Amino acid sequence: MFGPFFRAVILSAAVVAPNLTQAAEEGVTTFSLENGMDVVVIADDRAPVVVHMVWYRVGAADEAPGQSGIAHFLEHLLFKGTESLAPGEFSDIVEQNGGSDNAFTSWDYTGYFQRVAADRLDLMMKMEADRMQNLVLTEDVVLPERNVILEERNQRTDNSAGALFNEQQRAAQYMNHPYGRPIIGWRHEMETLSLQDALDFYELHYAPNNAILVVAGDITADEVRALAETHYGPIEANPAIVERARPSEPPQLAERRLRYSDPRVSQDYLVRSYLAPERDPGAQEKAAALVYLADLLGGSSATSVMGQKLEFESRNAVYTSAFYDGLALDETAFGLVVVPVPGRSLEEAEQDLDQVLAEFMADGIDTDQFERIQTQIKAGQIYALDSLQGRASRYGEGLTAGLTVEDVQAWPDVLQAVTPEDVMTAAAELFDRDRSVTGFVTRAQEVTQ
Amino acid sequence: MIRIFLICAAVLGATTSARAAVDIQEVTSPGGITAWLVNEPSIPFVALEIRFSGGTSLDAPGKRGAVNLMAGLLEEGAADLSAREFAAKREELAASIRYQAYDDAISISAKFLTDTSDEAVELLRASLVEPSFDDASIERVRAQVLSGIESDAKDPEEIAANTFDNLAFGDHPYGSNPSGTKESVNALTRDDLVDAHARVLARDRIYVAAVGDISAEQLGAMLDQLFGELPAEGAPFPKTVDFGLTGGITVVPYDTPQSVVTFGQDGIARDDPDFFQAYLLMQVLGGGGYKSRLMEEVRVKRGLTYGIAAYLAPKDFANQLRGGVSTDNSRVAETIDVIKTEWQKLADDGLSAVELERVKTFLTGAYPLRFDGNARIASILVGMQMEDLGLDYVNTRNAKVDAVTIEEIDAIIKRMIDPEGLHFVVVGQPEGLPASN
Repeated sequence: MFGPFFRAVILSAAVVAPNLTQAAEEGVTTFSLENGMDVVVIADDRAPVVVHMVWYRVGAADEAPGQSGIAHFLEHLLFKGTESLAPGEFSDIVEQNGGSDNAFTSWDYTGYFQRVAADRLDLMMKMEADRMQNLVLTEDVVLPERNVILEERNQRTDNSAGALFNEQQRAAQYMNHPYGRPIIGWRHEMETLSLQDALDFYELHYAPNNAILVVAGDITADEVRALAETHYGPIEANPAIVERARPSEPPQLAERRLRYSDPRVSQDYLVRSYLAPERDPGAQEKAAALVYLADLLGGSSATSVMGQKLEFESRNAVYTSAFYDGLALDETAFGLVVVPVPGRSLEEAEQDLDQVLAEFMADGIDTDQFERIQTQIKAGQIYALDSLQGRASRYGEGLTAGLTVEDVQAWPDVLQAVTPEDVMTAAAELFDRDRSVTGFVTRAQEVTQ
Repeated sequence: MIRIFLICAAVLGATTSARAAVDIQEVTSPGGITAWLVNEPSIPFVALEIRFSGGTSLDAPGKRGAVNLMAGLLEEGAADLSAREFAAKREELAASIRYQAYDDAISISAKFLTDTSDEAVELLRASLVEPSFDDASIERVRAQVLSGIESDAKDPEEIAANTFDNLAFGDHPYGSNPSGTKESVNALTRDDLVDAHARVLARDRIYVAAVGDISAEQLGAMLDQLFGELPAEGAPFPKTVDFGLTGGITVVPYDTPQSVVTFGQDGIARDDPDFFQAYLLMQVLGGGGYKSRLMEEVRVKRGLTYGIAAYLAPKDFANQLRGGVSTDNSRVAETIDVIKTEWQKLADDGLSAVELERVKTFLTGAYPLRFDGNARIASILVGMQMEDLGLDYVNTRNAKVDAVTIEEIDAIIKRMIDPEGLHFVVVGQPEGLPASN
């Protein structure tokens, strides 16, 4: 499990890129198997390494009510054996081949990957295809693993005041959509998750027509195609898999305000989030404008609008930032954070924030700052070529967020085409307090030890 | 099918000897500064890793936190540029420069595009050689550091680590939070920061690696430009300190549902002739990315935690083994028992030949896979220089792993593994734990 604040998807079985297409990005080839499994190959021979990833179009936002955490629990259980592999043996074999493996769950996807020497790809595919269809679970491995995810929740969430508050904030942001539930799950529901719950979820969602294979590294598209047809090709599609349609948000008509107190908070702070549009297939322009807006408002302390006004000029804040991630199947969120200097109240910090936003809407965008951000985004695409795993994940995340390969490849151009006017239009639509949650996080009275 | 997989793995394992695909050159500048270079022109940028050994352990007496605050100010204005102008310039060039302070080093990680490398290097030079340390920036960054110190005081992981460091290393710089205390940071003056800069950023302790679209000639000139104006010598390095903890349990009461545990004992030095044996041993016991004994016993069999690790954690002037685990307050006692049992089992029975072969296969197979990406390679190369490993180390390292024998493992266990000396620091509200020191 990992994750920025928001991530997600759309595409499902219905979206199948036909045939072999030599795509726009250098070294990238895409095709589909007959059973509906999509394949992306990224050839990069700088090191004798491959990254092998299978992404399922299913995540925490696809769980049935009362079963929060099951997508992530199942991810853990996929390492617990098949008809032919004993519990833990999958990772043992990866390890004995000098590789590393792991998995991750978000709201819109569940992904599995291995990083191995290029000549071990065949073995990795064989094992990954095996656990797509032959999972075998027994109580003696499931029950200790449920304790493991409860300890994971302890570590990530319950032991951190900030993480507990983030969970409350999300739950308030989404009134109807399942993005409001934590990926790890609510503790009281996690405690009841059973072996059968996991198997049911597996049967329903794990099939080649709900999966995307991404292979990056020292390998050709033809080699990947041959191996994929051998290992994944024979697995039958699941006709029950349909395009995902989650409950959507009703009109949000009432601003929500939260107060959270915890003695473990070291400094009071303020977070405001707004419901925001995500990247949609063929329509990524608004999301691109919001990427700029987040950078303009809270990208770097020394040059962003919030940083300059609150950290440098008035010196009312120790720290400010803005966050936005447009990779989601459904509506995402845009957030602003202010940590006031000691002695300044959260009420005052909120006034500071509102004043900065009002001035920004009135004054518009500094052209130099806009151009610097544009340059950095462009350069970021060059730096991104340095990481195989990063390149592979860009496709996995994009496709599980409902985008097509063409959308993923068009994104850099869409970003470069954004104008300051686009950003101001997007900002005007975004900053609607009725669609926002404002949270005050404070240190409670210390409990005497 | 199980058998087929195992056979496959064994056969493939035997052929694993892919060599790291890097061609490393040593470059010496006209001014006499050396660096390691991998010329990799396929992506138009350069990853540059710079280390100044010494780091926060070179704080002057009574000036705890000075080196950390100084490092935080390097990007806050230099030469004729204000903090904002410096940031704007860096963004305009789309360069990235990160400055970090550790116990034994100041680390600077830079990435810049081939197109604008001259300007980016000049910006980096100014930040290293001519930082402004102006009053407004000092106060702003001081406030950020103080905020970090407050946050550390509320973070169970930080509380556990700092408590352990303090118990193990006392008054030595390793024994306290490198950021300093509220009092020490508030007392720092601009002169203290100028002094910290002179103590740490000096030519007698520089290590550099560059990977990417750059030639040896360009790198040579760059080295003199970046470092030529720095003083020749910095402050003397700190004295060696003994690991000062004995076996036991220290509880730091903290109201949180999951206890965070840091544990450890005395260790061995990075340049010890037995280092490889100890490294293999600790990988089997608690290594990351590996089915270690501790992961198996504590997580997989009993579900006591999400993760546990134990490893060699040598510093330049101190030795130690460290480990960490987090578990529900109600299960801390059981978790500690399991760890102690594993330590004892290792001391009593050693490793099996099968375990030794498994760990060799893993480590030798994984090694070449590390070398992907300019930034990763640069970071590995600068680390090798600091550890005084030669240019050919990438080609000899796997042979060193393979040469370790079970007798050598037995010997290092006897020498190093000390179940009685294992100390646990527990931060939380652990139940049923007898606290002793």
